[in-house]
Amino acid sequence: MTDASATVQATLPRPVTHTYVDDAPVLKVTGLSKRFGAGCSYCSDPEAKLERNICPVCGTVHAVRNVSLEVHPGEILGIVGESGSGKSTLMQCLYFDQDPTEGDMRVAAFDGGAENCFLVSRQQQRYIRDRIFGMVYQNPYLGLRMNFSSLSNIAEKQIAAGVRNVHQMVDRGEELLERVKIPLRRKQDPPRAFSGGMQQRVQIAKALSNEPPVLFLDEVTTGLDLSVQARVLDLILSLRRDLGVSMVVVSHDLGVIRLLADRTIVMLDGQVIEHGLTDQIMQDPQHAYTQELVYSLL
Amino acid sequence: MRKNYNFAFLDEGSKREIRRAILKGVAIPGYQVPFASREMPIGRGWGTGGLQLTLSCIGPDDTLKVIDQGSDASVNAVSIRGLVRETTGVETTTATQEATLIQSRHRIPERPLTRDQLLVLQVPTPEPLRTYEARETVTKRLHAEAEYTGAYLELFEQIVRYGTTTTGADHPVMVEGRYVMAPSPIPRYDNAKLDMAENLTLLGAGREKKIYAVPPYTHVESLAFDDYPFVTEEFEGAHCHRCGATGVYLTQTVDPATGEQIWMCSDTDYCDQRVEAASSASAAKGGDAR
Repeated sequence: MTDASATVQATLPRPVTHTYVDDAPVLKVTGLSKRFGAGCSYCSDPEAKLERNICPVCGTVHAVRNVSLEVHPGEILGIVGESGSGKSTLMQCLYFDQDPTEGDMRVAAFDGGAENCFLVSRQQQRYIRDRIFGMVYQNPYLGLRMNFSSLSNIAEKQIAAGVRNVHQMVDRGEELLERVKIPLRRKQDPPRAFSGGMQQRVQIAKALSNEPPVLFLDEVTTGLDLSVQARVLDLILSLRRDLGVSMVVVSHDLGVIRLLADRTIVMLDGQVIEHGLTDQIMQDPQHAYTQELVYSLL
Repeated sequence: MRKNYNFAFLDEGSKREIRRAILKGVAIPGYQVPFASREMPIGRGWGTGGLQLTLSCIGPDDTLKVIDQGSDASVNAVSIRGLVRETTGVETTTATQEATLIQSRHRIPERPLTRDQLLVLQVPTPEPLRTYEARETVTKRLHAEAEYTGAYLELFEQIVRYGTTTTGADHPVMVEGRYVMAPSPIPRYDNAKLDMAENLTLLGAGREKKIYAVPPYTHVESLAFDDYPFVTEEFEGAHCHRCGATGVYLTQTVDPATGEQIWMCSDTDYCDQRVEAASSASAAKGGDAR
């Protein structure tokens, strides 16, 4: 991590330049694995043949296997893959909802990438979660407190980050609700009383409340009708354009990935089978599974 | 004292376990120590936590006072006082200054307690984060990490909805800058009495099986926001109908004779002592005039 990129982090928001080439990544993950089960001598070999993601010898589930990725400032990284390919588990590991079995994550905005954030204390992980990361879950019930008002939901992250001024948080909440196009007269309503699309937008507002430099979006548009979907996608692109937020976007919908992502990785059975520029993957898929995926879109 | 019970009802092993939990609670102010709450001859939720603390701490030389919402005469107070007296033979009193051990439900006496007095509070819900997070495993972790977003979020939600915090009682407090604690449902007015108090306060939740403590001279700060400071109940212009006291916690009631709304001291012993002092003073004055 160089000094120059540290300054870049400090001066967010800023206009996005599309020359990422030599920029230090805001997020760098190497060798991330998540196992459910003890593992055995057979499946501890990274080249071992598994039945999909299950070890044929000991039955351990390898949900995420040796995944590495980088996200650069202002970049949107797409992750595609079928159901059960480990996308959400990967995201939850990145957001500290689950402890990875092994792996290394460097977060530039935290300490310039000096330490493996999977090994820092729980308090420091909370700090990263509350101030540097934002997360939008596939299921709004995971990301929102359904019985608290929308304003409180948005304020939660700010309280966690140490804000103790009610007016400031209410102002910020109203600003964000306006941004995600939720009428302010519903600010006191709990998300329980909202439609799915509105819940998803409240989640986005919540994730944005501390202006995090990194945003994780897990299937944000899944289950939304097309017009709402378009509005949410628009919002995501405008966030990148206006605030320069870096994002990791998980989706099994290639259309969404094609629209949003600059680069894409393709996951299958917990492993990355292909990665590259989104256009490249869409037009010239190399792996058999990716080919199947891309052709099924057409 | 009835001889067919062990001194103070509980067996010595139980008392020892509860005392150990108390010691741990005193050593970590505000931390909820789990304990094996015993079956008591009163229902859970009726003060069994406080009762077990009282029975574990009481000795033959103690003088006991039991109050319920400030009153020595309410059913719960009378029953618990009777139970402890019959199983220990200790003296009981209603005068705050004479008691060495005070078990109370939802009030702290008006008269400041001294270092020789022990206050036991009955607690229905010891977990200040419970409405925010239902799982005990998670709240334990939140306490361990001093992650108190949830406690503030509750207050924020109240302000957003009603324009002010609406905790009538049990307003959460930060103990010695470390643990957020439910002070049992004492009115906000009483929160300040916990701060830097001379006495030891023990809190017991029998149904929830938790004991915690505020040792003497411990900082206890009510949670608040910068622009919404903590406020206590206001009794602007009100005074006790019976003893004339102001600056104490008052409860509203109706004068049965006139049907008017009046205020009375919530702490009945405090009120009685003031009435008594006033009448003996006027008697003395009358004597001088003669």
